[in-house]
Amino acid sequence: MSTTSTTKKITAVVAVTGLGLAVLSACGSSDSGSGDGEGSGSKTVTLVSHDSFAYTKDVLKAFEKESGYKVRVLKDGDAGQAVNKAILTKDNPQGDVFFGVDNTLLSRALDNGLFQSYEAKGSDLILPEYRVDQDKHRVTPIDSGDICVNYDKAYFSEHELAPPTSFDDLIKPEYKDLLVTENASTSSPGLGFLLGTAAKYGDKGWEGYWKKLKANGVKVVDGWEQAYNEEFSGSAGGKKAKGERPLVVSYASSPPAEVIYADPKPKTAPTGVADGTCFRQVEYAGLLSNAKNTKGGKALVDFLITKRFQDDMPLNMFVYPVREGAQVPESFTEYGPKAENPETLDPARIAANRDEWVKSWTSLVLK
Amino acid sequence: MDLARTEVAAREPGDPRAGTKPRTRPRTGTGTGGSVARLGLMVVPVAFFGVFFAYPVVAITVRGLKVDGVWRFGRIWDVLGQPDIRHVLWFTTWQALASTALTLLIALPGAYVFARFEFRGRQILRAVVTVPFVLPTVVVGTAFLALLGRGGLLDELWGVRLDTTVWAILLAHVFFNYAVVVRTVGGLWSQLDPRQEEAARMLGASRFAAWRTVTLPALGPAVAAAALMVFLFTFTSFGVVQILGGPTFSTLEVEIYRQTSEIFDLSTAAVLTILQFVAVGAILAVHARTVRRRETALRLVDAATTARRPRGAGQWALLAAVLGSIAVLLVLPLAVLVERSLDAPGFGYYKALTSNEGSLFLVPPIDAVGNSLRYALAATAIALLIGGLAAAALTRRDTGRLGRLVRGFDALLMLPLGVSAVTVGFGFLIALDEPPLDLRSSWILVPLAQALVGVPFVVRTMLPVLRAVDGRLREAAAVLGASPWRVWREVDLPLVRRALLIAAGFAFAVSLGEFGATVFIARPDNPTLPVAVARLLGRAGELNYGQAMALSTILMVVCAVALLALERLRTDLRSDRTGEF
Repeated sequence: MSTTSTTKKITAVVAVTGLGLAVLSACGSSDSGSGDGEGSGSKTVTLVSHDSFAYTKDVLKAFEKESGYKVRVLKDGDAGQAVNKAILTKDNPQGDVFFGVDNTLLSRALDNGLFQSYEAKGSDLILPEYRVDQDKHRVTPIDSGDICVNYDKAYFSEHELAPPTSFDDLIKPEYKDLLVTENASTSSPGLGFLLGTAAKYGDKGWEGYWKKLKANGVKVVDGWEQAYNEEFSGSAGGKKAKGERPLVVSYASSPPAEVIYADPKPKTAPTGVADGTCFRQVEYAGLLSNAKNTKGGKALVDFLITKRFQDDMPLNMFVYPVREGAQVPESFTEYGPKAENPETLDPARIAANRDEWVKSWTSLVLK
Repeated sequence: MDLARTEVAAREPGDPRAGTKPRTRPRTGTGTGGSVARLGLMVVPVAFFGVFFAYPVVAITVRGLKVDGVWRFGRIWDVLGQPDIRHVLWFTTWQALASTALTLLIALPGAYVFARFEFRGRQILRAVVTVPFVLPTVVVGTAFLALLGRGGLLDELWGVRLDTTVWAILLAHVFFNYAVVVRTVGGLWSQLDPRQEEAARMLGASRFAAWRTVTLPALGPAVAAAALMVFLFTFTSFGVVQILGGPTFSTLEVEIYRQTSEIFDLSTAAVLTILQFVAVGAILAVHARTVRRRETALRLVDAATTARRPRGAGQWALLAAVLGSIAVLLVLPLAVLVERSLDAPGFGYYKALTSNEGSLFLVPPIDAVGNSLRYALAATAIALLIGGLAAAALTRRDTGRLGRLVRGFDALLMLPLGVSAVTVGFGFLIALDEPPLDLRSSWILVPLAQALVGVPFVVRTMLPVLRAVDGRLREAAAVLGASPWRVWREVDLPLVRRALLIAAGFAFAVSLGEFGATVFIARPDNPTLPVAVARLLGRAGELNYGQAMALSTILMVVCAVALLALERLRTDLRSDRTGEF
């Protein structure tokens, strides 16, 4: 190769690199403007959440109009990862408010000082059973849901088999190789199901139960999406993907979702809930410790428990409101009644045992 | 990346082909002034590695091991005593050994064929087999998922699914590292004089005995070097195992990620990081020894004279077998990936990339392409600057204490290839978030992390070329009154231009594909291509899957174009000696 053409090439590379840097610095400067809630000033408030956060656009727009703040939503992975990353970055957080830490992970967030104290306006209207941390008010409950085993109605009627109704049923031989659940260390329904068994069988007993469950052919996948939309034979997604398992760990609100999203809508839900297998999950929001826009953050937390937002949640995130008098849509109560007697665990007991239980569970079930 | 170094090592000065007598180097260079100048060159790279590599890694390790101001070294034994951690260690090691063995088994015949046979399309094919190596691990994982996973090609044809089995991981590792063996071993093989083996046969040795006593010893160190590199890459495998392994399989690197990001057990993550650091240090040390051993004089000839057309049924069959294995193992996964990305009518998946309706991100996924290109360009610029300075400082091989210092520095530059990228990214998050280093919310964070993996490539590409520059040219210029800057510009620069371009291309490709560190620090509103692919794959639904395939295809095309451009540069200029790639 001649020197001239080499020179041309290197000139090209230098030019491209230079151009790239110019573009970069342009993008960099605009980024730092919107990125930190600086620049455009405290008029932007940033909500950090997990991938499942959803809302009706008009509802958020109305809040923006009334409060004068512009809301930025950052969805940062699944629930557990979003919480962990928020803790790691708490000295210089990505936003002002975090939504989506649930009762199974709450102690981790509180112990690590993720949130600062703020009693939201209207928090007196939150149903008493959801209130926690009442002396410090670091978090505000926003929604609740029940993690339950769902079953594929068609499968059980075809096989003339009664669907399971309790944890005990799941280890019976007639339900062998039917259940798919999520990894308890990576997925919040997976963890909820583990905690449900711990609540039911006690600190020691749950391991014995899981040994039997494993012997009965339980399948474990990493996340809810995969379990519900690929492995489970009863969901619309699972049917398409030729899922083979008629039992899945999901939510009590999953059956109404199957109806609401179906076209045409069936008269009854294609799936049902095994009522004796539920664990109650509550999700919280809080003002981040080093929030740059504290005022906006407070307004945003207030907004999350207004009747307007609470009414909007069920059909967007398939959860139940926690505010007195918030409306649960009819389709919801009809196709997926709330669990009658869900298992619950004292947050302090979850805090003391969660990591140890997950570790034992991982060794027991995955390795 | 040592493909460069090992292949080049055989052609360094002292190589009979160079046409000059082996040179003896001046032991002390241009005197004390030269040493000081070179130490000065080292300041910037050392500072860079100190601030952006050592400091974050140490910060995150300390955070894991120091609880409430007290060191918890006891954690090390606790962690090592846990059965599931021992299981991870065991799996990491044996899958790396198995991957290495399988790669050698499949790629060594390939190395032979490329070295000794002349056939149509050899140059193009040589480039094709290298494409997988520069592909991001996320793309490799996605391609194998499309082949072996649910609804994949094998599933459709025969109902066979291999994802979440160790076979998927092993095959993906072969795919990924085939080029390491073909280039490192094949490169040398093509320069071995076949007449030596022929001479042995004339003297009565059997074909096998001649090969065993003549060729094998000469190739041995190259095979060992390639094997060690494959072992290093598979030992620290992340993206491939993360995507194909499911919840049951994890390597050390994946486990560090899980302990950090999912289980939030920072002390276990810290112990595993130290463990991986020690293992990688050992692998690199053995590798450095192997490479030094390789520099012993071999009788080398021009590669162009050693290859001939295959003769006889046996040789044709071997050629066919190698081409067949390349088609099935290397080309098919990529073809399936492209096919799946086109699985919706009218480029539907590609079109979906431009909408952020129902998207995981704040932005349409296609924006990730722009983000990635911008980040990779900045990372390339940083890597060239840091790597170029480092290579310049390392050019002369010193002896004595200075030599040891320089060699230590050389080794330090290699470490980012093996130290957990997850740890680096995670360290960035907690270490670089307060003044004067408040970079957490700055875009530069991602290119800085990516540049760390680019620098070793730059150094490995530039160093052999810089070392090959005849020192007497520099001296002559200096004697004639040129300033050091002018000497560099007039003597060194023209000789290293092409190496610089090639280094830039490599740094660009690896930055584009960097996943382990980026996944932590890329902001959710500015995802890079690999991060976007991984998150789309993590969601069920046909559209997400299709978009992941489409984005992977785009990423593959960008990387392949960069590589093919480099390959042209290389073959254009085959006659003069430059670093491989």
